[in-house]
Amino acid sequence: MWALEFIWWVPILPLLGAIVNGVFGSRLSKCWIGFFAVGSTGASFGLSLMALAGFFVLPVAPNGDHVFEKILFTWIESGNFVAEAGIQLDPLSMVWLMIVTGVGFLIHVYSIGYMSHEDGYARYFSYLNLFMFSMLLLVLGNNFLLMFIGWEGVGLCSYLLIGYYYDKQSAADAGKKAFVMNRVGDFAFLLAIMWTFWIFGSIDYTTVFPAADSTFQYGGFAVTMITLLLFIGATGKSAQIPLYTWLPDAMEGPTPVSALIHAATMVTAGIYMLARCSAFFNMAPTTMVIVALIGATTAIFAATMGLYQNDIKRVLAYSTVSQLGYMFLACGVGAYTAAVFHVMTHAFFKACLFLGSGSVIHGMSGEQDMRQMGGLDKKMPMTHATFLISTLAIAGIPPLAGFFSKDEILLSTFLGHTTGHLVFWFMATIAAGVTAFYMFRLYYMTFAGELRSEDKHVRDHVHESPPSMTAPLVILAALAFGGGILGLPFIRQGHALKEFLAPVFSDANSAVHPHASFGLEISLMALSVAVAVIGIALARYFYFLKPAAATEFANRTGVTRTLYVLMQNKYYVDEIYDRYIVKPIIQFSDSFLWRIFDVQIIDGFVNAVGKFTVDLGSVISDVQSGLTRRYAVAMVAGVIVLAGLWLI
Amino acid sequence: MSSLPLLSLIIFLPMAGVILIMLTDKDNVAQIRTIAFITALADFIISLPLFFSFENTADMQFIERREWIPDFGISYYLGIDGISMLLVLLTTLTCVICIASTWTAIEKYVKEFMIAFLLLETGMVGVFCALDFFLFYVFWEVMLIPMYLIIGVWGGERRVYAAVKFFLYTMFGSVLMLVAILWLYNHHNDVQGFYTTDILAYHGLAIDPGAQMWLFIAFFLAFAIKVPMWPFHTWLPDAHVEAPTAGSVILAGVLLKMGTYGFLRFSLPIFPDATVAAVDWVSWLAVIGIVYGALVAMVQPDIKKLVAYSSVSHLGFVMLGIFALNVQAIEGGILQMINHGVSTGALFLAVGVLYERRHTRLISEYGGITAKMPIFAAIFMIVTLSSIGLPGMNGFVGEFLILLGVWKSDPFFAVIATSGVIWAAVYMLWMFQRVMFVKITNPKNENLKDLNLREIAYFAPLIALIFIMGVFPTPFLNKMEPSVARLVNQVKPAIIKAEKLQAPKAPEAIRTGAVTITSGVGIDAPRS
Repeated sequence: MWALEFIWWVPILPLLGAIVNGVFGSRLSKCWIGFFAVGSTGASFGLSLMALAGFFVLPVAPNGDHVFEKILFTWIESGNFVAEAGIQLDPLSMVWLMIVTGVGFLIHVYSIGYMSHEDGYARYFSYLNLFMFSMLLLVLGNNFLLMFIGWEGVGLCSYLLIGYYYDKQSAADAGKKAFVMNRVGDFAFLLAIMWTFWIFGSIDYTTVFPAADSTFQYGGFAVTMITLLLFIGATGKSAQIPLYTWLPDAMEGPTPVSALIHAATMVTAGIYMLARCSAFFNMAPTTMVIVALIGATTAIFAATMGLYQNDIKRVLAYSTVSQLGYMFLACGVGAYTAAVFHVMTHAFFKACLFLGSGSVIHGMSGEQDMRQMGGLDKKMPMTHATFLISTLAIAGIPPLAGFFSKDEILLSTFLGHTTGHLVFWFMATIAAGVTAFYMFRLYYMTFAGELRSEDKHVRDHVHESPPSMTAPLVILAALAFGGGILGLPFIRQGHALKEFLAPVFSDANSAVHPHASFGLEISLMALSVAVAVIGIALARYFYFLKPAAATEFANRTGVTRTLYVLMQNKYYVDEIYDRYIVKPIIQFSDSFLWRIFDVQIIDGFVNAVGKFTVDLGSVISDVQSGLTRRYAVAMVAGVIVLAGLWLI
Repeated sequence: MSSLPLLSLIIFLPMAGVILIMLTDKDNVAQIRTIAFITALADFIISLPLFFSFENTADMQFIERREWIPDFGISYYLGIDGISMLLVLLTTLTCVICIASTWTAIEKYVKEFMIAFLLLETGMVGVFCALDFFLFYVFWEVMLIPMYLIIGVWGGERRVYAAVKFFLYTMFGSVLMLVAILWLYNHHNDVQGFYTTDILAYHGLAIDPGAQMWLFIAFFLAFAIKVPMWPFHTWLPDAHVEAPTAGSVILAGVLLKMGTYGFLRFSLPIFPDATVAAVDWVSWLAVIGIVYGALVAMVQPDIKKLVAYSSVSHLGFVMLGIFALNVQAIEGGILQMINHGVSTGALFLAVGVLYERRHTRLISEYGGITAKMPIFAAIFMIVTLSSIGLPGMNGFVGEFLILLGVWKSDPFFAVIATSGVIWAAVYMLWMFQRVMFVKITNPKNENLKDLNLREIAYFAPLIALIFIMGVFPTPFLNKMEPSVARLVNQVKPAIIKAEKLQAPKAPEAIRTGAVTITSGVGIDAPRS
């Protein structure tokens, strides 16, 4: 199939768009900028669709592999180390390919409307296209190092786009924070790559993963360490404990960026990496427990932080962190398919939620504080409807997409073999209730009741967004509604996604769902729906029926008050990091390393030695009194003499 | 090889420019600049065949050899291999860019400046091409004086202090090296029965390990100061801060590589036993340099000092790579020398652009520059990211290969060194943010002019190289591979010898519980 042969154009097209807009953007009209940006992404999406068709036609190898690989050129070659620039398309990368190009395309379209009044239109689209390139490289690369280019590339674009409004101090700070925190993860990732190379003599997926079984000792030191390092890398990119604090701050970026990068695609790169390396992780039971533990903890921890935020985007940011926790939990119990499934449904409903919040912010003249909102359901009907669908999806209400994927994670955790899986299941179930609560709190504060803003300009200008913005919302809401069909759990044979991904996770799959009885499955589902409904009901009571009760509850003294303050201040984690890590390092470097050790000790010694050569002062005064030329002449003369000696 | 004495032409073409400039009236500044620029450009162009006609073998190429002072065994002997070839090109390119950058920056003593600069070019290219100790030492010293003058005459407020410090530091090392060379010279006569200054004749020369250690230390001090390795680095921040932009660029771009090149050409092949014995403590100094340089860079209020300390960190990587003694790490080290020349050279140019407009190097004086200088902002950003080692750009490939190779010889050092990727992001992005982002608060920055065409032109080749070497590093690596492999093989017997010596000790260490960190320069077996 020809589309597969040209698959490398999928990342290249957005790169070309980025270059055109980046270099010539200042001389192009907005219309052309939009054309190049959206056109290149659209073409990329179209090509991906054709590749999908081609991929289905591609025969599965006798050993069960379903892979298309194309090597373009040798990127790095040194001794026995080789890193090819090659594309690999397998079911796993196919899923991401569709999410990234599909959702990416919609968000490009949306951005045309959303960013129309902004300066730096070309810069924005150039970065956004560059992001597409990096993300596609990340998922299409055929080896670890290529994944790492994409990995750092998306981090760079995230940095650039968070700091898009670079004249704002908070935006510049947030961008830097994101980059540095990601680099902490990248540091570990890099170590894992090196270690892998020296064990396998290769960094190609097709060489390394099939050999993992025979090379590693199950639960051995090397595989445990490598997987832990990989996981640390993933916690940076996918905002898990302890490296999650950059993501809420990343909301400084334009809202479409939050939707694309900080919800639907980039932050799921960690899941992609874990799923890609499932052959390693399956050999490392200890790591699996840690992954599941961190995932479950992050899910509930971030959910509670989202409870009392008043900035609409921050609530969504914490919800993203929390949902990513679910995905890691799934990986930790070996349910990679469930994780990938949730990545997909989350991409739909979270992109829709973020774009919806962008539409709200757009309509509210830039206001992000939910306390100023309310009653938008009548003013912005399209936004309201799509937002409600997505909120129901994230809350886990059947038959929306989020219900199926979340339920599959809960079920897999319940039935898993990972140590402590029942505890994790319990945490995740509670987190599901909390999620339903804070999401409906957000919904009611934004859309229900009456508009609370006193600002006349805001009140007069509240309006529904243009079609370029609402059309992507409708498509995403439709996907958030029906996307679950790919993973309908009742009909085993019909779990399309699982079947599709089977060649990638063949080993892991057999370990999961050994004997889930229909009755158990239904009971667990009923339980998770019940928890979600309770969450929604509470939110309805506090933020719709009796808003005064919420305030009263918050102002109570005692433990609840303490908890409220803790959660609203995000458990002071940022402050702790700042006080116990950042500040001491700067203090130590400045007051000791530089001012004392470097200047006084080392240089003090050097200067003391130098004092003995006081007579050199005369040389200096010569130089200063303008005799440079004489020196130059003397030097040249010297060289000529030396050259002359050669003739002898 | 070819009958054309290409290396001599490259080395001495700048001298032709010097003569022409000397014949020009000192007030005819435009003509002096033009002559200097054309000379440097021509020199760069004639050096291009070195890359394109280079054959991927380990042998010396473009060899020129003539008797010079036969009684002492001294000859005029030039040649390049995969280790020095790229450095020659880096030098000729950097010189063109530097001269282009002085158009408006150097306004006093233009004639003298250009003479000094071209002379410096002759010295630098000579050092990389010389295969004769005597010739090498001549070029080594020739290089020192114009650099001293460039800092001392055209530098900032504390230029004299910085210049003298630079001079003394370097002289100190050079003298020790000279003594070591003289000892070697006599030793060769003792062993082989004749005197020679042919450098290659010393590769593999039998030298008692004890003597090797002393010689190694003498060379080490000379080169470690040049690199500069921690704790011999304190001349660098002063020299960089006080030097004019072109001086800083050439200092960072080329002069620092004299040290690392010296290790590859002399220390490793001539003193393999001492090298292997020194691996641990050199590696320690290197990783300390990486982290220390980064931390101190982070808190500098002066941009140039920040970049200077970042060089200490970057060169720490190079040294660590060289002393990992395997193909990947050394190739990465050589690549990183070139990368550092390109990226840090470009960083100093960027700082120079700001300095020329505002005459201050203090970070706190800036802020919000992006709004006024968008083209500059884009270029500065690319250069910053290259320095951070972003994949897809040049810095990453070198750094990665170094770390990969170091991991093989000792994962412990690799882990510490890899933390450098975090620190680099911290100090560079923090600086970039304070200089370029947020709103303009200082009214003096309101009227800054963006880059003009000349400035864009001298950044352009560096930006191009940043991407070319990041995406297509293989042609560069392939050219150096045979030479590096030969070098590794020269050191290999010493490694095997050291491991044999260590082997009997190991059980005792385990029994007594005194487990020490082994040198771990094993060639084949990765540590598990």
